[in-house]
Amino acid sequence: MSTYAFDYARAQSVDEALTLLAGHDGEARLLAGGHSLIPAMKLRLTAPTLLIDVSGLEDLAAVTLDGGHLAIGALTTHRAVETSELVRTHCPALAEAAAGIGDPQVRNRGTIGGSLAHADPAADYPALVLALDAEIEMTSRDGTRTVSADDFFVDMYTTALAAHEMITRVRIPVLGHGEGAAYAKFANPASRYAVVGVAAKVSLADGTCRAARVAVTGAAPKAFRATAVERRLAGRPLTEAVIAEAVRGLADPNELLSDLSGSAEYRAHLCEVMATRALREAAARAA
Amino acid sequence: MPNFIGSPVKRVEDKRFITGKGRYTDDIVLPGMTYACIVRSEHAHARIKAIDTSAAEAVDGVLAVFTGQDMVDDGILSIPTGWAVGDAMKEPPHYPLAVGKVHHVGDGVAVVIATDKATAQDAAEQVMIEYEPLPAVVDATAALAPDAPIVHDGLDSNLCFDWELGDRDATDRAMAAAHHVTTYELVNQRVVPNAIEPRSAIGHYDPAREELTLYTSSQNPHLIRLLLCAFVWPDLPEHKVRVVSPDVGGGFGSKIFHYPEEVICAWASKKLERPVKWTAARSESFVTDAHGRDHVSTAELGLDAEGNMVALRVKTVANLGAYLSTFAPAVPTYLYGTLLAGQYRTPHIHVNVKGVFTNTVPVDAYRGAGRPEATFLVERVVELAAKELGMDPAELRRKNFIRPDEFPYDTPVALQYDSGNYEGALDKALEMIGYEDFRREQAEARKQGRLLGIGFSSYIEACGIAPSQVVGALGARAGLYESGGIRVHPTGKVEVFTGTHSHGQGHETTFAQIVAHELGIPLENVEVVHGDTSRVPFGMGTYGSRSLAVGGSAIMRALDKVKDKARKIAAHKLEAAEEDVEFVDGTFRVKGTDRTIGFGDVALTAYVPHDYPEGVEPGLDENAFYDPKNFTFPFGTHICTVEVDPDTGVVRILRYVAVDDVGNIINPMIVEGQIHGGIAQGVGQALFEGAVYDETGQPLTGSYMDYTMPRADDLPSFEVGHQVTPCPHNPLGVKGAGEAGTIASTACVVNAVVDALYHRGIRDIPMPLTPERVWRALHAGGDGAAAAAAPAGGNGQA
Repeated sequence: MSTYAFDYARAQSVDEALTLLAGHDGEARLLAGGHSLIPAMKLRLTAPTLLIDVSGLEDLAAVTLDGGHLAIGALTTHRAVETSELVRTHCPALAEAAAGIGDPQVRNRGTIGGSLAHADPAADYPALVLALDAEIEMTSRDGTRTVSADDFFVDMYTTALAAHEMITRVRIPVLGHGEGAAYAKFANPASRYAVVGVAAKVSLADGTCRAARVAVTGAAPKAFRATAVERRLAGRPLTEAVIAEAVRGLADPNELLSDLSGSAEYRAHLCEVMATRALREAAARAA
Repeated sequence: MPNFIGSPVKRVEDKRFITGKGRYTDDIVLPGMTYACIVRSEHAHARIKAIDTSAAEAVDGVLAVFTGQDMVDDGILSIPTGWAVGDAMKEPPHYPLAVGKVHHVGDGVAVVIATDKATAQDAAEQVMIEYEPLPAVVDATAALAPDAPIVHDGLDSNLCFDWELGDRDATDRAMAAAHHVTTYELVNQRVVPNAIEPRSAIGHYDPAREELTLYTSSQNPHLIRLLLCAFVWPDLPEHKVRVVSPDVGGGFGSKIFHYPEEVICAWASKKLERPVKWTAARSESFVTDAHGRDHVSTAELGLDAEGNMVALRVKTVANLGAYLSTFAPAVPTYLYGTLLAGQYRTPHIHVNVKGVFTNTVPVDAYRGAGRPEATFLVERVVELAAKELGMDPAELRRKNFIRPDEFPYDTPVALQYDSGNYEGALDKALEMIGYEDFRREQAEARKQGRLLGIGFSSYIEACGIAPSQVVGALGARAGLYESGGIRVHPTGKVEVFTGTHSHGQGHETTFAQIVAHELGIPLENVEVVHGDTSRVPFGMGTYGSRSLAVGGSAIMRALDKVKDKARKIAAHKLEAAEEDVEFVDGTFRVKGTDRTIGFGDVALTAYVPHDYPEGVEPGLDENAFYDPKNFTFPFGTHICTVEVDPDTGVVRILRYVAVDDVGNIINPMIVEGQIHGGIAQGVGQALFEGAVYDETGQPLTGSYMDYTMPRADDLPSFEVGHQVTPCPHNPLGVKGAGEAGTIASTACVVNAVVDALYHRGIRDIPMPLTPERVWRALHAGGDGAAAAAAPAGGNGQA
């Protein structure tokens, strides 16, 4: 299958990329790893007239420690997230999630910024950034702004990112003492995307859960926080019984996706199972 | 000189494959090449009211747009099937591009030919087709309903054939008298073959010489040439046509058949006097490569009070899709019904098969072709019978096996098994898996709430296809012998010509091993030539695990002729009587003396015949054709163990033991590779794969995002054991190994999962055993009816 004809420009700087983006009135797309965009173009589901290749902007491909945050450049590949010593030290759940994305070819090309901007409802990162309380940094010719992950995801394939903006960085609070996080994924056996993926972060003090963040991807049109579960966990010891009670009814099947990889009813069940597994592991790591 | 037969020689073809230097059809670029894009129906069933090609023709770079009617007007006829099942079989026309009606999503309606691929695709979107949508039928059982939409104009139902085998009355009587009858209703779901190389074809007509070359990703170039010249395009003289199948990246049956695109590229090339190339996009492969399986069956197995099988009665509805593909009628009949005896002495068997047209992609041979469907049915119903009778499944099988002293054994379904030792393979597999230990482990695990299971599959297949007179009597429209040629060059180097075709099987290695072994020459002095009708004598290609048993035997015959002639020449040079000359390790020697002449010197003498025996022709170049006396009958027992996650329904295969008896083995590494790949493919059907249509005939599994292929991390390391019972009727004593794994493994895995869950009241889960289906069965209990309600895969409708 061939794409429709398009122009290609290789951006030498963020400024150049943003100028090109602004000059093409929504007809241009940024190309990072291209692992979602190019297949969609080959299937002729999307037809940008200009691809702005930002994959050479090395400044955006670094992981640094910035005060109490991990700052992950938007062009950091999944493989780089997976193998980053900083990520593995300060937020191992994120590295583990990255290791479960696609296959080695995908991980070597695909980027965290590209994945977040695409906002595939079955992608892994959305659950992680929600549970880890990340901030998404977005840049346009008007400057830079930051939104919390909670405000970033709008709908299926739709985010707070404006047409003339690009994601430049993801900032994730490092895990502190008594904190643990984990990601449990039920992968679609065909695509290996998440049918249901649950990320959990817990803070323990004296054996009691002070706070928990639980986020789900894959199950619904967009990733979401399981705030009722979070409330039920707060102030309680994270025993098997407490977790089991807290996750019960996590998701309403009427609000979930239903397709060949799983009916809404099955997805609702998997939300409970995966949340249990993620919370169990996060609690063990926090202890 | 090394003993090449039985040696795990590394495959000589792999160097070019793993360095990316294979030459596949799509790699071929000819001067003046043009590119075809086929406009395909998005309707499952619709009448074509009008086609407007003018906008497409006006696109810059477009050379022509053709419709089905253009081809028919130019003398192109329907693509025939290669097999007739009975006189009453309906064979509606199958034009390379649809005429009047489209019959499935993906049916070709028009072709755009342009100077580059993207332009052809752009212009294809400009072909305006006005359709009148018609009601579609997807499910084969539904297609038999009196009020079902009729797929083909001119037919009064969707029934293609109604076929039976075996003694109905005797079977009914034995069933009525049985102590116990196990009934099993099953769906053997539709699967997509998914060769890694998409199909591709290039037509190249040379107007100066009036010759056509067709490059095509086919498993059998001669068969394609025959069907094209004898049936589809009678104005095309066979001796002016060359069909080349270069490197082919997997077939699994799906590249046997004569496809419309081969006709389209060949014909369009003559019209345009330029080469025309078409290569399937993967999304086209899903809706144009012939699918496999798709049976709905009821099996009843009658047993006496001691557990002896007394009767098997089978009713099957086989979905043939929208058109009769090349082998389609044979697969659910002669390759299926004849195998229903399995390894057992069941005295009375009757099978009825209704072949049915639907608005779906045609269904044809897919690795195993009929035999996996037969094995799945037999091995599942035997397993259920054991459970219902409270017998050990291994012991019920053992009790009913045909015994080694009963061969040759005539089954009640028309085959004569030539040889076998079924108990030997079962015992070896039981020992390898550690059966008693596993049963203890299973009982312990169950106390902790863990679900472990063990499954068996004792299979037989009929391969080495096939004795021509037998298949001719059964409706085959071709012979199924094979050709082999040995051309010894003056320097003693040897070319081997085979009418079989290698598309993953490693023929270039295995056949070279045989020739090097027989002539006592180094392996690198042998080159195997295949896949080109202008180089190789007429042959039937590769499918049905036939290449070694039939093609290898033809090569052995040609080798005999070469050795006989070489011995005459050697005797003359050695001044000895022919009967006093022996041929050992590449050297002719006068027995009991040190007088010798090497094979190379004999070869040179044959081409420089100055000092030469009287009455012997110069040259050393022999051909042979071999028609087998019977099918060959590989068999074995596979056993696997599984664990089911009760929280998610995920099935994990813990161990997989395969004991196969494929007769003598030329290259054990290649045979093991075949077994491994075969098992993976059968596991794919058991757990993952399924082509799903919605009720309007739209395919829902049209990409790898939705169609689940088995992957390496879904599978354990296979434990392979061999038993060798040589085939008694071919010169190599070989049987065939390409399909055994697939035939055995599907039932094996399903049996293991059901074994893990049977105590929870689950006697069946429909394939594929997706996590959701298993989870639903566990939470609903009972017969898996709840599981069948789950989406994810399945037969026909979602």
